[in-house]
Amino acid sequence: MSRTILAILLLVLGLGLAGPGKIGPALAAGSDGDVTSAAQSDRITEPDSWRAIRQGEAGYIGGQPAARGVLIQSEGEIWRNVRNGKLAVWAGWLLAGVTLAIAAFYVIRGKIMMEGGPSGQTILRFNKMERVGHWLTAGSFLVLALTGLNLLFGRWIIEPWLGKSLFSWISWAGKWLHNIAGFVFIAGLVMIFFLWARDNLWDRYDWGWIKGGGGLLKKGVHPPAAKFNFGQKTQFWMVILVGALVSSTGLNLLFPFTMGDIHAMQVMHLIHTALAVVMVLFILGHIYIGTIGMEGASTAVTTGYVDREWAREHHAAWVEDVEKREPKAAE
Amino acid sequence: MARMKFLCDGERCIHCSGCVTACKNEHEVPWGINRRRVVTLNDGKPGQKSLSVACMHCSDAPCMAVCPVDCFYQTGDGIVLHNKDLCIGCGYCFYACPFGAPQYPSTGNFGGRGKMDKCTFCAGGPEADHSKAELEKYGRNRIAEGKLPLCAEMCATKALLAGDGDMVSTIYRERVLARGFGSGASGWSQAYGEQKRERAREGAGAPKDK
Repeated sequence: MSRTILAILLLVLGLGLAGPGKIGPALAAGSDGDVTSAAQSDRITEPDSWRAIRQGEAGYIGGQPAARGVLIQSEGEIWRNVRNGKLAVWAGWLLAGVTLAIAAFYVIRGKIMMEGGPSGQTILRFNKMERVGHWLTAGSFLVLALTGLNLLFGRWIIEPWLGKSLFSWISWAGKWLHNIAGFVFIAGLVMIFFLWARDNLWDRYDWGWIKGGGGLLKKGVHPPAAKFNFGQKTQFWMVILVGALVSSTGLNLLFPFTMGDIHAMQVMHLIHTALAVVMVLFILGHIYIGTIGMEGASTAVTTGYVDREWAREHHAAWVEDVEKREPKAAE
Repeated sequence: MARMKFLCDGERCIHCSGCVTACKNEHEVPWGINRRRVVTLNDGKPGQKSLSVACMHCSDAPCMAVCPVDCFYQTGDGIVLHNKDLCIGCGYCFYACPFGAPQYPSTGNFGGRGKMDKCTFCAGGPEADHSKAELEKYGRNRIAEGKLPLCAEMCATKALLAGDGDMVSTIYRERVLARGFGSGASGWSQAYGEQKRERAREGAGAPKDK
């Protein structure tokens, strides 16, 4: 308050001392004061250059990179507020909310069992290539998600437990793992795209699957599906599209300033983080239904074989198709 | 306790880069890094003006707020310092800093930036005062010797002022009064703005929904 009064006093004094010819640029310390005085003056005066500084205009700089000629980049403040504010808060609530929702689903619906019980007969669901593709993507994603979430939340959740030194070491290792795992993820993404894109196109079973709620809500309901049902297709295209965006923004951040300036990197970082959180939310559901949420599902990506009963209940059209192509002797 | 601040008087700076050189020599900062820089606006045109800028040691320091490993700390007299042993070189402080202060020893592809380096207000780092480790990582600790930052001490035209914020603004006010004009304390509202101090009191860095 006293500072404001002083500023006004100085402005008045400054006007008096400078005489009628010099109006405007008399400003006090403690405030940039540029905006008001620039507005008061109809001439191009010094305050305009101060405003330009605040707006990130670059000056000449000798012997150092030209980008360092920017005196103030106010965008950093926006980046900080979004990252520490909306982004972190929303991501936190959504992660907690979806985890709770899945837990509630488990309590209410329970594990989805094979209704006929395991038949004992197995059928090959994913060949070796497909399993490699799945785990390249999934394994790297787990590393990326954990190390990424650590950068966003670790300081507030993990650091108080581990102490600064250990937490810093883990985060340092995590950063390198994140940077390396990114390339594995991209490789996995390309691989599963070529392996599974065709099987994930819309087919005649999808509408029925959507109308039947995927059989998720009621016991005994099993809308037929081909190799992938509509839920899996949604998951697949989410992984491909969001994964591609997260990968491209991630590459941008890995090679600073090769694809854009600091402002581009700030935006890339926010997109990268927000989309990565979206992906984690989807994958939480995927991991649940593939493991504790459903009997007989997980072996599809471990041994590659699933029980025939499981396959008939969840992918009836696919089983029929496979059985048609099987030599009779095998049965 | 005093609140340390920098102020560069745009009416006095003659772009001699003495501050940049003084800093670099005093602290023997890594190759390619200049903790301070001088920028000339309207170069060669009417209204040409030069300003020396480095870390402003903000009240509610953005670097401190966004650091994922919480390696920053603020001394009792408002100087923002960091612990290079904790720094993971992620670059977040650089995204957030309005003044472009944080710099990294390597170019940074594949995230290999190295430990962040920035102006310490000649106050060293978390290592013991005047220790070899402190000198090697952060440079000299003049504050511990009761001296002010060398950049300002060596400024030939006394354009760059460093020290107790109240004293610095008093000197600047006197100048403005004597000259009858002044061009404002560049970056002060950004670094030490009123609302920022409010936020700093609430606790820097806590995620808040704004």
